[in-house]
Amino acid sequence: MLAKRIIPCLDVKEGKVVKGINFLGLQEVGDAVELGRRYALDGADELVFLDITATREGRGTFASLVGRIADVINIPFTVGGGIRTLDDASLLLDSGADKITINSAAVYNPDIIGDIASKYGSQFVVVAIDAATGDDGLWHVTTHGGSVRTDKELFSWAREAEERGAGEILFTSMDHDGTRNGYPCGVYAALWDRLGIPVIASGGAGGVEDIAEVLTAGRADAALAASIFHYGNYTVREVKTRLKELEIPVRL
Amino acid sequence: MIAIIDYGMGNLRSLENALGRLGAEFEVTSDPSVILSADRVVLPGVGNAGKAVDNLQERGLVDVIKSVRRPVLGICVGMQVLCLSSEEAPGKEGLGIFDTRVRRFPATSSDKVPHMGWNTLSNMEGKLLNGLPQNPWFYFVHSYYASTCTDTVATCSYAGIMFSAVLRYENFYGTQFHPEKSGDAGEAILKNFLEL
Repeated sequence: MLAKRIIPCLDVKEGKVVKGINFLGLQEVGDAVELGRRYALDGADELVFLDITATREGRGTFASLVGRIADVINIPFTVGGGIRTLDDASLLLDSGADKITINSAAVYNPDIIGDIASKYGSQFVVVAIDAATGDDGLWHVTTHGGSVRTDKELFSWAREAEERGAGEILFTSMDHDGTRNGYPCGVYAALWDRLGIPVIASGGAGGVEDIAEVLTAGRADAALAASIFHYGNYTVREVKTRLKELEIPVRL
Repeated sequence: MIAIIDYGMGNLRSLENALGRLGAEFEVTSDPSVILSADRVVLPGVGNAGKAVDNLQERGLVDVIKSVRRPVLGICVGMQVLCLSSEEAPGKEGLGIFDTRVRRFPATSSDKVPHMGWNTLSNMEGKLLNGLPQNPWFYFVHSYYASTCTDTVATCSYAGIMFSAVLRYENFYGTQFHPEKSGDAGEAILKNFLEL
């Protein structure tokens, strides 16, 4: 049976892993390669490394770190942050990344999804969507760490991204990210039903029950989490053991 | 020395890294003489199966691969091109080493295509799968599958279909999953391949 995936996310700034609360108040928690290796040994199904400073400060990509990660990690990993062009994506592929995730660049230049997917395949392209609820009750797509609200709406944008060649959608609710209050499961289930590609849930896990809920009621194919792993509240193995007890298929 | 066949079908870096971690010597090549003199041959592949066959033909590698007598391992699309045909490339012949055809998964209400992520093997037999736990987990990414046949030495199930996860005919082996991305279980398979 296909397993639900547990994906630790490592937000990287200058080679160090950081995680902020609602993208503010960054705290350093460790070396990216070492943390990634530790998570892989602990049973992580995939890893995501996001160069979180890239978009905000216009930094380039972090190919040399990606190369070092590829040398030691024997599970799939995704990298993102500041990818604006096909060349940026090519460099990360050549450095050893299995997938790239694009967020702001896809919103402002949707053609980049098709450009990358047609060259390297849809399985290489994860479109990340950050969205927050507006006064009108709709989910508005945001960029630049949630600080810019766009005129795109979550569901239509996710569909468009799939049609353009995205292989997976990574959706983060900016209302929930970093709060440890759980995921908006109804929104995830609606997204899963509307898409033909996997949905990865991100942002908001406070405990294993939250993750279990988004993988069942929320129908998500995978859950991405940072805080609950980085700060040692749970190991990846503890999370997966608990999910298995709840009869959710996981790789253990 | 292991020959990793370079025929323009995807990035080889993770495979090189995986073999490197096992301390194996390898050469990325499309040179027939290197392939024919190697101790082991790996045929990787990500992308379209029809393009994969075309690329092998353009490089004059179809008959070269068929004539290799040392162990050969096809991975993912590299395995699929060793089959008779694929629905991804109608009217095109595969190398026909494995006596099976490659078909597309039907999309169902609960199972998305591609089949992507970690899934388990069943019905395992043979040396390539030595020393693995029962129902080990491997990482798959594919929209097409090889039907089970007499060459099937491990199966996997998705979307209500049991398909060939590992194939073997004489010195030819194929895995639908990516051993180079499958953690310790994947490493064990690559190690077994080196020790065949």
